[in-house]
Amino acid sequence: MVFHFCITRHELLLFEALREGLEEEMDRDPRVCVMGEDVGHYGGSYKVTKGLAKKYGDLRVLDTPIAENSFTGMAVGAAMTGLRPIVEGMNMGFLLLAFNQISNNCGMLHYTSGGQFKIPIVIRGPGGVGRQLGAEHSQRLESYFQSIPGIQMVACSTPYNAKGLMKAAIRSENPVILFEHVLLYNLKERIPDEEYVLSLEEAEMVRPGEHVTILTYSRMRYHVMQAAKTLVNKGYDPEVIDIRSLKPFDLYTIGNSVKKTHRVLIVEECMRTGGIGASLTAAINENFHDYLDAPVVCLSSQDVPTPYAGTLEEWTVVQPAQIVTAVEQLCR
Amino acid sequence: MSSAFPAMKILQPLSTTRSPEKPLFDLLKSPSSFLGSASKLRFNAQKPSPSSSYSSSCHRPSTIVAVSDVVKEKKTLKSNSSLSNLLITKEEGLELYEDMVLGRAFEDMCAQMYYRGKMFGFVHLYNGQEAVSTGFIKLLKQEDYVCSTYRDHVHALSKGVPARAVMSELFGKTTGCCRGQGGSMHMFSKEHNLLGGFAFIGEGIPVATGAAFTSKYRREVLKEAGCDSVTLAFFGDGTCNNGQFFECLNMAALWKLPIVFVVENNLWAIGMSHLRATSDPEIWKKGPAFGMPGVHVDGMDVLKVREVAKEAIARARRGEGPTLVECETYRFRGHSLADPDELRDPGELLNFVILVYFVFPFL
Repeated sequence: MVFHFCITRHELLLFEALREGLEEEMDRDPRVCVMGEDVGHYGGSYKVTKGLAKKYGDLRVLDTPIAENSFTGMAVGAAMTGLRPIVEGMNMGFLLLAFNQISNNCGMLHYTSGGQFKIPIVIRGPGGVGRQLGAEHSQRLESYFQSIPGIQMVACSTPYNAKGLMKAAIRSENPVILFEHVLLYNLKERIPDEEYVLSLEEAEMVRPGEHVTILTYSRMRYHVMQAAKTLVNKGYDPEVIDIRSLKPFDLYTIGNSVKKTHRVLIVEECMRTGGIGASLTAAINENFHDYLDAPVVCLSSQDVPTPYAGTLEEWTVVQPAQIVTAVEQLCR
Repeated sequence: MSSAFPAMKILQPLSTTRSPEKPLFDLLKSPSSFLGSASKLRFNAQKPSPSSSYSSSCHRPSTIVAVSDVVKEKKTLKSNSSLSNLLITKEEGLELYEDMVLGRAFEDMCAQMYYRGKMFGFVHLYNGQEAVSTGFIKLLKQEDYVCSTYRDHVHALSKGVPARAVMSELFGKTTGCCRGQGGSMHMFSKEHNLLGGFAFIGEGIPVATGAAFTSKYRREVLKEAGCDSVTLAFFGDGTCNNGQFFECLNMAALWKLPIVFVVENNLWAIGMSHLRATSDPEIWKKGPAFGMPGVHVDGMDVLKVREVAKEAIARARRGEGPTLVECETYRFRGHSLADPDELRDPGELLNFVILVYFVFPFL
């Protein structure tokens, strides 16, 4: 748990927290710049960069043409030569177009150059299943990117950690992919006025407990917390951890929890196949097998394209009721 | 000398008066079809013109003027002044010669090592294309950037990376320029501002565009007045059909980035002939479509390449934006050392060999 001994706080929405973090870093270091579609004059499709172009100019908040692979590569070249760019994917799914640059250059160039060049780049954008956005706008790219050697991945879920992770990602000398979620941008929270930066590699203890460890991230954190209310009423004491760092996993925090509860449930929005949950299950089995009283259970989205119809869409994503059932079965 | 190549004119050495009317090598006056693609590519019958080595002659008026036309105008204006801007000094000539011979000798040694089983993987040699690397890179300052492809050994050498470091890298040694981690296709040097070495074609062009963006950013946002670094992006004819090429032409012209896009058109992408892969094979034409000059130059002649390069690099340094330069050249070896190279006509190679041996002995 993190204790804030701050005198004052202010309330804002998650997208404003992201912007606040971004603006503080741009004030602090003139080499920090933003590139992406509609980030400048339009202010970003989810208003994360609103007002920044007016303040910093069109070159620091660059409106790019629709050419993901090329402007991501351009950001890599800029990072190699001294700038600290933040690339916004208007929707994370669009970054599939930039996979060449993200894999080969963001991820590997530091290594293939024998350590000569650093790529201090942040790639961020909204992903995840929204409200009937259709299959292509509802993708979870964290599972596709996780194998790329050399990149770091984090997922924010609250205004507090959004701002902290944004600042940490910008200050990092490594390429970091920051996953935001389309449905979380309007979450409200009171965050400290004082400046703070979070660690990119730490998980967040959301609710300590004794009976079961529930590992989650991004939007599923809220489904888990909703399920937790029901579980508490039924007499269970779940420990909820928002893993935040998708690559690398915070096995220290996770391990301590497993050693305490001996049961693990993973709740994620990724597809079942090859998702973050799949990797996490493997990591827990490898490292903490002796501490488990039951096999690791992983609840993921269905391996299907996200349907347009609302009821169908709901069924492809893990719902609180399923989480409750899974915990009951796990703790039998 | 003449008996072996009866179809060729004997060319005058450089020391005699040279002018735009009597270029060192006049493409159109020779009966044999040099630069094999050039004659096949012409869709209109072309009138021989004095500066025929710059075949950017546009028969229809266009609002975008090719760099070479600007250069030609400047030359006629200064016709009364000395022609010393066309010649090079002996020191410069020796520098160019050394660089090209180093490149050739280096690549030949790579081939030897590979075929003796001491070097492994994919090794792509630059034999025959030296004039492009030397012609362009020898005009750069240390703080200018070069971005290349997998055919990058000679670009590294021209930029100043020690031959020892490049060769060590090819043997996978820790003393290599990338500590043996990159290999043949990933030559990098922070000291010499060589930004790679890339295995996938086209993926270096955005990186080069980024370096040019940094140059502009440093001048305009960070207010570093002295910063005028230019970036050169080298790539081949095959890459000119790739999306990243067009996307970067657009962005570079849009933001007037200080970059020169250098196409090393050697007519072949492994076994795919440029003519079989490209709807309009005249690559230089694609520049004006994006709002930048397109120049076509004989890539086997280091002096012609250097002249075009001088203007393109100066343009970029002045802040006038990018240029697309198509250098027609030829690779004397296969695509890589593993390529049996069975598809190319040996006669095509011979044409280019003739040109090289006539250009070299000017010193």
